[in-house]
Amino acid sequence: MGGIELSGLNIADTFSGLQGNPVPDEPLLRVRGLTRIYGRGCAECVVRTGPEAGSNICPICASIVACAGVSFDLYAGEMMGVVGESGSGKSTLVQCLYFDHTSSAGEAYLKSYRGGAVNMLGSSAQEQRHIRHHLMGMVYQNPHQGLRLDCTAGGNIAEKLLTAGFFHVGRIRERASELLRRTEVPMERMDHLPRHFSGGMQQRVQIAKALANNPPLVFLDEVTTGLDVSVQARVLDLIRHLHRELGLAMLVVSHNLDVIRLLTDYTLVMKSGRVVEAGLTDQILGDPQHPYTQLLVSSLL
Amino acid sequence: MMANKKAVRPGYNYAFLDEQTKKEIRRRILKAVAIPGYQVPFASRELPIAQGWGTGGLQLTLALVGPDDVVKVIDQGSDDVVNAVNIRRLLLQTTGVKTTENTDAASLIQTRHRIPEERLGDWQTLVFQVPYPEPLRRVEPSEVKTREMHAEADYSRLWVYLYEDIVRWREITVGAQYPVLVNKRYVMDPSPIPRWDVPKLHMAANLNLFGAGREKRIYAVPPYTRVQPLEFEDHPFRVESFEGKSCAVCGSTGSFLDELLDNHTGARRYTCSDTAYCAKRLLSEKRHGQRPTRRTDGGD
Repeated sequence: MGGIELSGLNIADTFSGLQGNPVPDEPLLRVRGLTRIYGRGCAECVVRTGPEAGSNICPICASIVACAGVSFDLYAGEMMGVVGESGSGKSTLVQCLYFDHTSSAGEAYLKSYRGGAVNMLGSSAQEQRHIRHHLMGMVYQNPHQGLRLDCTAGGNIAEKLLTAGFFHVGRIRERASELLRRTEVPMERMDHLPRHFSGGMQQRVQIAKALANNPPLVFLDEVTTGLDVSVQARVLDLIRHLHRELGLAMLVVSHNLDVIRLLTDYTLVMKSGRVVEAGLTDQILGDPQHPYTQLLVSSLL
Repeated sequence: MMANKKAVRPGYNYAFLDEQTKKEIRRRILKAVAIPGYQVPFASRELPIAQGWGTGGLQLTLALVGPDDVVKVIDQGSDDVVNAVNIRRLLLQTTGVKTTENTDAASLIQTRHRIPEERLGDWQTLVFQVPYPEPLRRVEPSEVKTREMHAEADYSRLWVYLYEDIVRWREITVGAQYPVLVNKRYVMDPSPIPRWDVPKLHMAANLNLFGAGREKRIYAVPPYTRVQPLEFEDHPFRVESFEGKSCAVCGSTGSFLDELLDNHTGARRYTCSDTAYCAKRLLSEKRHGQRPTRRTDGGD
């Protein structure tokens, strides 16, 4: 299978994550110049769009520059936020990194994939599938995207484990129930279809699925959007709890500054497909430099 | 050297298909043999039988049959049912080859949903009629997606299906058409043979060819190839159990049995599904001066 080693999963290792955040020497995820253009694209696309142009649609070829030249470092155990208005390219960014979309240009290096020496955006589909299932987790805004609603909650988690070569029903169920307990899904719902679950519970099953193979990195794409406030609070609480306990690195995409403030240490502000400001979350929210960030923060009630 | 020149109807090319078609099918067969378990598309032709009645298997047989072959055709283990008889007659009338019911004498065997009980040798070829070649169809309706899944050896969704089957019913309920992993690479549908026959594919000495006429696919399990049924460590694959039952005709306890229900008395009888095997056992018992086997009940 193209040089991929299927790593077995040790139940004993489960959740023996890092306690506290160690001082990291090199970033877990290194992204350089990530660009995604929808349409045929032309030489002027990137130059003629962006926050100065006030649009991400190329005036010459009408291609949409969803995101361009995005670079950042994410360290192990760090929580990074990506904030911006609708259409600013936040979701495209994580979906490119999770290989849901192919990227037009740019590089991304994951420390746990070949020692961070190989650009994972250029890997074969087979290797990307391996990375997706073993080294990353993803929680989508809409549970329909991340879950198979016609498979049971346990079956959804089993899918991840089966991909990792776990062919023992008893042990799969053991692991699935542990994950569901951790994400506060009642055990008796394990063999029910997520189709019949509430939105909050679907989201928690999705989080359990994303964590199934103990990935060091999890993407959260607008996880609380569409949930009512009390359920939002519980999901955010769960995420913070899991982060503290497992020492996961997380990339949190949200248009909601409260979520960003609550969860993240470091924040990227995006507009029209570009990063306009990056820095410590407290700094960005307390002393925004870019006019767009100032607008964003001042519109916060 | 045709065995039966008189039976051949004039006006047809040898083995019905034109030479170009036979050549194409042979090339597809070579590719299928080279990539065990991989489904090779081919241009399935119109035949004098309807699609769904064994046209895939028949095209393989027609492309392979030579004047020196001895052909056997079975349907659910039986040589005498209408589908088998008609296919055999078509082969006879367009080629004049010798036909047989004896598994040991046949160089080319076309079958529907069974593998003969007698072990096949390396000089024999078994051709399967396949209704649905895609083992992933039960979890994914899109052909584009299933091809991608095969290319990436991504079978997790089929595994989830089996997992949920166990959760719901405490065992895997797939009866016939049990998915197998061929040569540790491709998951394959072995055609609707019973579980009983699945272990016979593993390291078989003979060449196994699968033809799906309606779905236009050819695939193969070459001689001495690993064929593993999908199973969980704590739920191993099992074949059908006929414990305490034996064939009402020949007394066999080691063959796949059909259950027959007597409409009037309601009595159950079991007989060998492989009729040629059953007849052979009966004959050898007679030859050795033994009484034909006991009938287990007064039915019939």
